[in-house]
Amino acid sequence: MKRFDYHRAASPADAIAASAADGAVVLGGGTNLLDLMKGNVVRPDRLVDVTHLSGLDRIETLPDGSTRIGALVRNGDLAHDAAFARTYPAVAEALLSGASAQLRNAATTGGNLLQRTRCPYFTDGVSACNKREPGSGCDAIGGETRLHAVLGWSDSCIAVQPSDFCVPLAALGATVEIEGKAGARSVPLVEFHRLPGDEPWRETVLEAGDLVTAVVLPADAAGFAGHSRYLKVRDRTSYAFAVVSAAAALRLDGDRIADARLAFGGVALKPWRSRKAEAVLVGQPATVETFRRAAEAAMADAKPSGDNSYKIELARRIAVRAFTLALAGTPERVSALPASPFSSPLGVAAHA
Amino acid sequence: MSIPITLTINGTRREIALDDPRVTLLDLLRERLDLTGTKKACDRGQCGACTVIVDGRRINACLALAVSHDGSDVLTIEGLSKDGQLHPVQEAFIAHDGFQCGFCTPGQIMSAVGLIREAQAGNDPERVREAMSGNICRCGAYAGITEAVLDAQTRMAGAFKEAAE
Repeated sequence: MKRFDYHRAASPADAIAASAADGAVVLGGGTNLLDLMKGNVVRPDRLVDVTHLSGLDRIETLPDGSTRIGALVRNGDLAHDAAFARTYPAVAEALLSGASAQLRNAATTGGNLLQRTRCPYFTDGVSACNKREPGSGCDAIGGETRLHAVLGWSDSCIAVQPSDFCVPLAALGATVEIEGKAGARSVPLVEFHRLPGDEPWRETVLEAGDLVTAVVLPADAAGFAGHSRYLKVRDRTSYAFAVVSAAAALRLDGDRIADARLAFGGVALKPWRSRKAEAVLVGQPATVETFRRAAEAAMADAKPSGDNSYKIELARRIAVRAFTLALAGTPERVSALPASPFSSPLGVAAHA
Repeated sequence: MSIPITLTINGTRREIALDDPRVTLLDLLRERLDLTGTKKACDRGQCGACTVIVDGRRINACLALAVSHDGSDVLTIEGLSKDGQLHPVQEAFIAHDGFQCGFCTPGQIMSAVGLIREAQAGNDPERVREAMSGNICRCGAYAGITEAVLDAQTRMAGAFKEAAE
């Protein structure tokens, strides 16, 4: 690991000033950053430790009914907050389907948004990678691409964003609160991560010195609490990233769909919300047939970036099954195997 | 330039002068404080052998910078037994053959202590297995580990009830 200067931020303003310099990186829980530093994939000159800042570790209900999650709230604490899990069950399920208990106890809300891709050509520290070394090319293209993107990729980068947490956040219309040199601003989560385009090294809308201070779930997101699920297919049942995942949420009016939300993980370099699919669902009867049409719409623009065309059909099936599970009703508790296709309730087909 | 930090380790307050901010909590415990019960295996947060309890939460000590945890309370495997009496989780691991070679065991035990504190698994073996998935055992002692966690949890709940009565 390269030597670095350590700076413990005394206030948000201090963090912003200290992290604006070239080579400075913000340290939260460190679960992804330290791993990358050990592999010499990320080589900061200075770490700006924000974990001692006060006031960023709260889960608050704001006057307008929205929920504000401070950037330093640990993933495990958020998932196990009973009121939060009751109001946003798909978010709790997604959190509990990610990483291990130890990592969730350290990983923060802000850090989850800012975690880097697990594309092996990025993390190996030696392959050509436009994210790591702008302009060096992309060795993933034409390489081992089973887990790479099928939406929004470019000739510069075919990696995927690995977060589970971000998928229901995208579906439920979350926003990201940011403080920077020019003051505070708020950005919709679906606009926070950038698609690769020809500048895949620019991963988010953050500018130098910007600090993520909170994630806010709007009040209307609570209206989906009774019918929302996160479903995640992975190579092993626990402690693995998504091959493909989906967050699906319904608001019902009798047997018709009053409102619907759908977002995917593991398919693109950002959590992928499909408003096209949502539009197909609204006003329609809540049936598997309707869900299938929505899933088709969601993947209409998908194309393989290599040996991963299977992901497109997998995403359709996961979407249909996630909606079928959501229609059956959110379980009282997150299942023993969170978000796993192996823990479906009786009466819900295992194969959509 | 050394960085002064204070940690409470197994109930004892320690003033430590760090000569390098790169030192992880794991390396600090093992290499500088001679607390070698906490094991270093993958050193990348994948195996759980380095699990310790920091401020009441189980974490991977290999992915924690010591300097960032200034002021924290750390519990390691060395701090579990009291007055020569093993902790109920340690006793249960012995009773249920929750190990073979023993290398992952301190991490497994600290993770189990954290799991029981979190109080999310109940007596469901599936939930225990899921909540222990951050601890790898290459000997494959998982069946015994699951039994040990469930048994220790039951015994600790009983002891707590007795103490309250």
